[in-house]
Amino acid sequence: MTIEELEERAASEQQRQAEFKKRVLTCTAAGCVSCGAGKVVGHFRAQVKERNLAKEVEVVETGCMGLCGSGPLVRVAPDETMYKNVDLEAAHQIFDEHVVGGKPVAAYAVDPKMPFFTRQVKVVLENCGRIDAEKIEASMAAGGYEALARALTEMKPEEVIEEVRKAGLRGRGGAGYPTGLKWSIVRKAQGDQKYVVCNADEGDPGAFMDRSVLEGDPHRVLEGMAIAGYATGASQGYIYIRAEYPLAIERLKTAIKQAERAGLLGNRIMDSALSFRIDLRIGAGAFVCGEETALMRSIQGRRGRPRPRPPYPSEKGLWGMPTLINNVETYANIAPIIRNGSAWFAAMGTPKSPGTKVFALAGKICNTGLIEVPMGVPLREIIEEIGGGTPEGTTFKAAQTGGPSGGCIPAEHLDLPVDYESLQLVGSIMGSGGMIVMDSTSNMVDVAKFFMDFSVDESCGKCVPCRSGTKQIALLLEKIRSGQATPDDLALLEELCVMVKETSLCGLGQSAPNPVLSTLRFFRKEYVDLLIPKLVYEPHEA
Amino acid sequence: MPVITFTINGVPVSGQQSESILEIARQHDIRIPTLCHLDGLSDVGACRLCLMEIEGTSKLLPACSTYPSENMVVRTDTDKLKRYRRTIIELLAAEGNHQCAVCVVNNNCELQNLAYEVGLEHVRAQYLFPKKELDATHPDYIIDRNRCVLCTRCVRVCHEVEGAHVWDIANRGINCEIVADMNQPWGTSESCTSCGKCVLVCPVGALIEKGATVSEMEKHRAFLPYIMTARTKQEWIARAIEED
Ligand SMILES: Cc1cc2nc3c(=O)[nH]c(=O)nc-3n(C[C@H](O)[C@H](O)[C@H](O)COP(=O)(O)O)c2cc1C
Ligand code: SF4
Ligand code: SF4
Ligand code: SF4
Ligand code: FES
Repeated sequence: MTIEELEERAASEQQRQAEFKKRVLTCTAAGCVSCGAGKVVGHFRAQVKERNLAKEVEVVETGCMGLCGSGPLVRVAPDETMYKNVDLEAAHQIFDEHVVGGKPVAAYAVDPKMPFFTRQVKVVLENCGRIDAEKIEASMAAGGYEALARALTEMKPEEVIEEVRKAGLRGRGGAGYPTGLKWSIVRKAQGDQKYVVCNADEGDPGAFMDRSVLEGDPHRVLEGMAIAGYATGASQGYIYIRAEYPLAIERLKTAIKQAERAGLLGNRIMDSALSFRIDLRIGAGAFVCGEETALMRSIQGRRGRPRPRPPYPSEKGLWGMPTLINNVETYANIAPIIRNGSAWFAAMGTPKSPGTKVFALAGKICNTGLIEVPMGVPLREIIEEIGGGTPEGTTFKAAQTGGPSGGCIPAEHLDLPVDYESLQLVGSIMGSGGMIVMDSTSNMVDVAKFFMDFSVDESCGKCVPCRSGTKQIALLLEKIRSGQATPDDLALLEELCVMVKETSLCGLGQSAPNPVLSTLRFFRKEYVDLLIPKLVYEPHEA
Repeated sequence: MPVITFTINGVPVSGQQSESILEIARQHDIRIPTLCHLDGLSDVGACRLCLMEIEGTSKLLPACSTYPSENMVVRTDTDKLKRYRRTIIELLAAEGNHQCAVCVVNNNCELQNLAYEVGLEHVRAQYLFPKKELDATHPDYIIDRNRCVLCTRCVRVCHEVEGAHVWDIANRGINCEIVADMNQPWGTSESCTSCGKCVLVCPVGALIEKGATVSEMEKHRAFLPYIMTARTKQEWIARAIEED
């Protein structure tokens, strides 16, 4: 495929879409499907058939539209009216009155001026919930593969890397390592073969950012990986994804096949010298397999256990060869950076953390769902405006970011800008994007216990501090919760937390104590109130 | 290969880039406690006893699998590291069933020696008293998983030296255990050559030879009357030692 052909296919798809009077888009990502989106789509399709409207109305299944807590969600184009809580009755009404009758149904319509929408900036999610994720043409019509074409024809690999570096993009998998720097290390590393790996393990409880991107816009990730292959000199890519994501796996398989057929993956991509294949590797869903060294062992068919770094994957990765590992969201940012330029990207967010970040907003908050905001927005804006605040009658207590590796941010830090450095300063981390809101009814010792139990379960068991230390920490937390702990137990708890953090082999153990340390830092009283006083010997007065 | 000079605990040392800091320390008689490391086997950096502080690095790194660079400043003897080592041994002691007094390797145990060395006087952590399986199906050897410290030396020696790859790790986290072949009784393993290497490398009393356990040392008192009868009836074949 040449650039001209790509443009042609994009234009003809735009034309095709424009010919419909109405297009009814229904989110069929996991969240909406679980509350009945399948039936809704079925109803729309049946209606189109029954009324013989196939030429005028197109029914499309899309990825996540964001407001997951109020699903199933439906969007009617071209007027862009969005509907929430669409059950069969609502679907009937929407089809009758809006799709056929042309008058939006106010009862189910979502206010487009609601801060949930106006405060978001969509880069990674720009197509998510707007295009048919199973059609490569839909992606092309929205600008898909334009960036790959531009990179292959107009840029040298070094220039691609320079563009990513200038954009200031940092890894979205949690640690925020500069992506351009990582790419240039892999490019310079010596090896007969190089690999590009996409980390789609997404093991944080409550996180579904990467799944949403893969379900809603898989071609964006493939494109980003192909550009990375060109820039680093790799010819083979792997996407490591958990088996618990069957829809994402299906859509990726479809997308890879389509891209191969279109000559956008495989040998001599777009008639250039670049050959780049992508294969899927399905994981069994262990949290530790998201850790890059464990992930690589798992791809090689071995038990997913981390190993000490250095050597880093960029020098010695898969089968000992230089390997680039990035997160799904990191790759999803590449195409827009190449398409719009590094200056455009760097202008968003903060100087040290440019761009946007996708969060999965959950917990005690009115609007739960998937959001994308510029880096550095105050936490208050996310909680109170986008999230719509905590449920009636309760007040905000803390937000937990970074899942089992992160910490909580209490109400007094509500004005904290959400970026890598600021979050670290208060003892939390950006993490991959899970954000759980807690209100006045939440108990922080319980929260710490929940995450610690998760780490105990997910520890791979290789190193002593994490295998045995997290277990002891969980036991101590239970002792505190059941009102049987003394101040000595609390002291031991703190000592063990610091020790496990400093001595564990991989990131799992090194960050597992964070939820305890952070709740201790801000809500120590909740712990202390549960202690039994130290026994003191008081001599009897005769 | 260029020679690298650097310091460990203030002592100037030299070594090659391809030698781990642990190897170099040993050449210079600097003692760093280890458990999962064994000369001749690959290193896994799992026990975390050999952790060291390196100037300019915020993370603690394991000496067994870290390689030197010029002018590195390494410390292995700080109070913090000593405390962490003691806690690691404490965690191991609480994790398994280490009743030394009734253990076959009492006084010949690396865990016990390490406990002395790091000054572990008492255990604050909760004893977990695991009830993992003991497997005595092999004709010559026994594995008592409740004493296993999961150093994986047996896994590595069987794979890397004997080439049989009998052992592997099953489960995750605190439930990890060493299993033979496809998690089957050791005695039914067809890959085991009965070479005994795993038993030799095991630092504790988890892999042992048969006939060495305390219960196997039981006196067979029922046998005593026969001796009495034999002596009274003068049924001895050889004369008693003293009469020679
Ligand atoms: C226990 C653990 C779990 C992790 N899970 C993930 C994950 O699910 N997805 C991910 O992208 N990175 C995960 N990471 C981070 C990866 O090791 C790695 O840093 C990341 O994929 C690099 O990509 P980036 O530079 O694009 O962020 C995890 C790290 C640890 C220690
Ligand atoms: S820190 Fe935990 S997960 Fe990581 S290697 Fe050690 S035991 Fe395994
Ligand atoms: S006896 Fe030899 S072959 Fe059998 S498990 Fe032990 S090391 Fe492996
Ligand atoms: S059985 Fe012995 S050698 Fe094998 S892992 Fe356990 S303690 Fe180590
Ligand atoms: S000897 Fe180095 S970590 Fe065990």
